[in-house]
This record gives sequence, structure tokens and C-alpha cells, in this order.
Amino acid sequence: MANAGLKRVDLIFDQVNVKEILEKTLKKEPEEIIQDILDSGLRGRGGAGFPTGLKWKYTATEKDPVKYIVCNADEGEPGTFKDRQILDEVPRKVFGGMAVASKAIGAKTGYIYLRGEYKFLVPKIEEELEVFHHILKELKHDFTIHLRLGCGAYICGEESALFESIEGFRGEPRNKPPYPTSFGLFGKPTSINNVETLVYAFMICRIGVKRFHDLGTKDSRGSKVFSVSGDTPKAGIYELELGMTVERFVEEFGDGDTKAVQVGGASGFCVPRKKFSDTIIGFEGVPTGGSMKLFNSSRSMYNVLHNYLDFFSEESCGQCTPCRIGCQQLLLGIQAVKKGEKNSRYLDELIKLAGTMKLASKCGLGQSVGNAFKSIVENFKEEIIY
Amino acid sequence: MIEHGSQVKELADKHGRRRDSLIPILQGLLEGRNYLTDEDMVQVAKELDISAADVYGTASFYSFMDTEVRGKYVIRVCKTISCSMKGKNEVLRTIEDTLKIKVGETTSDRQFSLLETNCIGWCHKAPAILINDTPYTELTPEKVTEILQEYIKKQ
Repeated sequence: MANAGLKRVDLIFDQVNVKEILEKTLKKEPEEIIQDILDSGLRGRGGAGFPTGLKWKYTATEKDPVKYIVCNADEGEPGTFKDRQILDEVPRKVFGGMAVASKAIGAKTGYIYLRGEYKFLVPKIEEELEVFHHILKELKHDFTIHLRLGCGAYICGEESALFESIEGFRGEPRNKPPYPTSFGLFGKPTSINNVETLVYAFMICRIGVKRFHDLGTKDSRGSKVFSVSGDTPKAGIYELELGMTVERFVEEFGDGDTKAVQVGGASGFCVPRKKFSDTIIGFEGVPTGGSMKLFNSSRSMYNVLHNYLDFFSEESCGQCTPCRIGCQQLLLGIQAVKKGEKNSRYLDELIKLAGTMKLASKCGLGQSVGNAFKSIVENFKEEIIY
Repeated sequence: MIEHGSQVKELADKHGRRRDSLIPILQGLLEGRNYLTDEDMVQVAKELDISAADVYGTASFYSFMDTEVRGKYVIRVCKTISCSMKGKNEVLRTIEDTLKIKVGETTSDRQFSLLETNCIGWCHKAPAILINDTPYTELTPEKVTEILQEYIKKQ
């Protein structure tokens, strides 16, 4: 069920007294903190949408004395640029979220994995971290955050590949199960959360469960930060209540000639104009880590799809055949159809291949390529062929 | 011939000699130099007591860890869809014409290298590039020419 419309929210970028919120929250029992986050309905804001309270609960129940909280700041999904702004404007709220998580799950160490493309943020983050560690000392909470840098690999945004990278290896995803909550960083129980998720968790400690829970819809509680780009006069970062339709979104952000919206980046879904009113932006419809890209009628959807497939072919870690070869074959396939070397019915074969990749790929990258592929090919068939 | 041995030792003293010290050490070597030589990787392997092949295998995975010679300034032009829609080709052509190199090449005076990269997170201010760690956004052929001239003057 979509909600009424487009509502701006101001939870993320609002400057708050981090020390005060921490002082109040760290006095609570871990179980109480976890129950609050569970009751709030907060789901991961990086794109996958796993219930944050559950993730913390599973990690908390593990018996290992060594546990980790990891902040995934490897924002690499095309069209996503909101974590950069969050880390730049309110880094202490991110650290605050990590500290609350550390109390909830029983971790003494945290890592922030920051993508290499955001290296220019390091001086500020290090400065803020120093201040934050002082605050923790004053509050007598034993928790230290380390900063690690990525090095130009989209796949390191995948949780297990991220752990591999911190551990000093190639960023190749692991088999799951076991899941990070039982076997994560350095093989220890780990809760890995997106930058934005951690800030929301922190803010729920301040505003209370009800105020967050009352926003959004039954399946998509709360609000989210969206990064809007493409054919729009309002490109930028916006915090909005979850659950609006794509139609309402386009009314606000379109340029009057929007023919498609790519929700969720290259690994997301392309929503064509005819489906705008039926599609909800949220976990019950098309989920997103924030990336919202608008295309007007001047754009070639063949070009868009080509760009995405080129992206995946390059960023695939290469370890599993369905993804490594699949991405390449999808790209070669649409090129061949365009050139007339293959009949347009070949597209049906490619759609089957994308389906195989979804079932057989080792990680979310290979499993998601089919989302954009299918949604663009099915809705813009003529542009792909001619 | 630059002596890397002592630099590797210093970095290992700073970051440790565990497996998870590998990437911070390699990143330390890349500061201001932009590429890793074979000697670098052999030195690191010795210091961490792992095979040089393993060091190479790890480094070569990451696109910002170049194992080919690069210039003092590495220019990375974003080629993902938003930048591609907003004029990245004109910007790229301007850089190629100004520096007289193509994508993948380095100027003969070893000052500039030109590469393409994927989404760097500035889609609302496309087209965007990175020169070493610094992003430049909302580029036009004129703007990028100005920026390059400033870097050229720096020598």
C-alpha cells in the first residue's frame, strides 16, 4: 500500500548532541537496545534491506567473546552518493550508531571500510574519530573504531568480499551460509551495517521507536536518503518517507519527459512510464540503496543497458562462472542483436541466461544483473533491437 | 633506482606484519607514487613472509593498485551512466587532446596518466573525474582544460 505522497524528513542530517544520546543509550541493557531497533522496523539502508534488529540480535546471541561491528562505507552502486554526504556532514552520528551497535552485540572493535574513491574524506573522518574516541573514554565505553580504505573495487561493497579485503586478500565473496553474524570479519561474529542504517539506528535511540515506526508503510518503516540524478532539474540528495509511488516521485523530480526510472542502480529495476503509478519505492515494490536515476525520451535504453553490462563485466570478481561468463555473454549478446548478427529472438535466450545467473551465482552481483537486464529488455525491446 | 626496502620496513613498523597489514602497506607505497613495482611487491612479500605471487595476486585485484608504471598524476574519468549522459566523452576527448595521450597511456614526461573508472559517487554533479585523490565535478571541456593547466604549471 503506497502512502499519501512525498514527505521530506530530517533525521539524518540534523545536527544533534551525540554525547548526550550515547550517554542515555549506553546505560540500557543490550536486549533493550535490540528490542527497540526490532520494534522500529528498521531495515538495512544499503539496498538488501535485512532487518537491522535481527542482525544485531543474531550477533548478540553468539558466544564468541570477540565480535566486530563493521560500517560498510564502500558506496559503489551507480547513482548512489548519499553515504558520502552523510560521512562528510554527520560522521559522529555514524560512529554513534556503531557505538550503540557495539553495546548491543558485545563488540569492542569496529571497522569503517571506506571506498578508495572517497579518500579525500579521510582527514576529516580521522579528526572526528579522535574526538569521538575521547567521548567514549569519558563515557567509559570500551570500543575502538579503525578506518580501512578500499582500492577501487565495486564488489568490496558485498559484505563477505569486504571482510576479505580488510583481511588482506582479493575481494572475492565467500559462500554463505555461514552468514557474517556467526562467521564474519576474521571469522568472528560480525554485524555489518550500511552508513545510513547506523545513523537511523542512532536516531531511533533519540526520537524513540514510535516516531520512526509511524513513518513509511507496513513493509518499509521509516524514511530513507535518496540520491537523485540523470534527467532531472533537482539532482541531489533528499531524505524522504518510504512508500511513495514512482509516479509521485517523478512528479517531484522529473523534467516533464521522464520515460523510465532506474531504481536501485545498475543492480536494480528499470521502471517504465506505464508502471509508474503501480510501483512503490520500498521493500514491497522496488527496493533501493538510494540510487534513483531518471531517463527522459532522448535517452537510448540500449545505451543504458550496455553501460550497466559493461560495468558488471568489469566489476565481477571473476571467481564463479555464471557471473564471470554470464555478464560478458549478456553484453556480447545485445551487441550482436543490435548489429543484426543474431535474431531478436536471441534476447529470450539471454533472459534465460540472466535467470540462470540469478540462481547459480555465488553472490549478489551475479544474482542482480538480471534485474536491470530483464526490466530494460522487456520494456524497451525495440530500442534494444533497432 | 629508488630504495624501497627501508620504506617497506617503515610501513610494516606502522601497520604491522600480519596478513591484514598487507593492503595498508601497499596503500602506503602508493602514496604519491601511484604504482607498485615488482621490487616493491617482493620487498613486501619478504617483510610479511608470504609469497611474492600472493602479493601480486592481491594487488592486481584492485583497480586503484596499479602494477604498471603510472604518472605523478593519475586522472580517472568516470564512465558510468550518469557521467556518460552528461558529457563525459567531450571531457575525455579534451583531456586526450591537451595531454596528447589516449586512455591507458602515460605522458612521456611521466607526469600524467589517463584512465577510465566506474561510478565515483558524484552523479548529481556529472561529469566527474578524480586526479589522484581529488574529485573534480560539473566539468566542461573549458573547465577541465583550466584544471589541467594548473596541474601542468605545478611542475
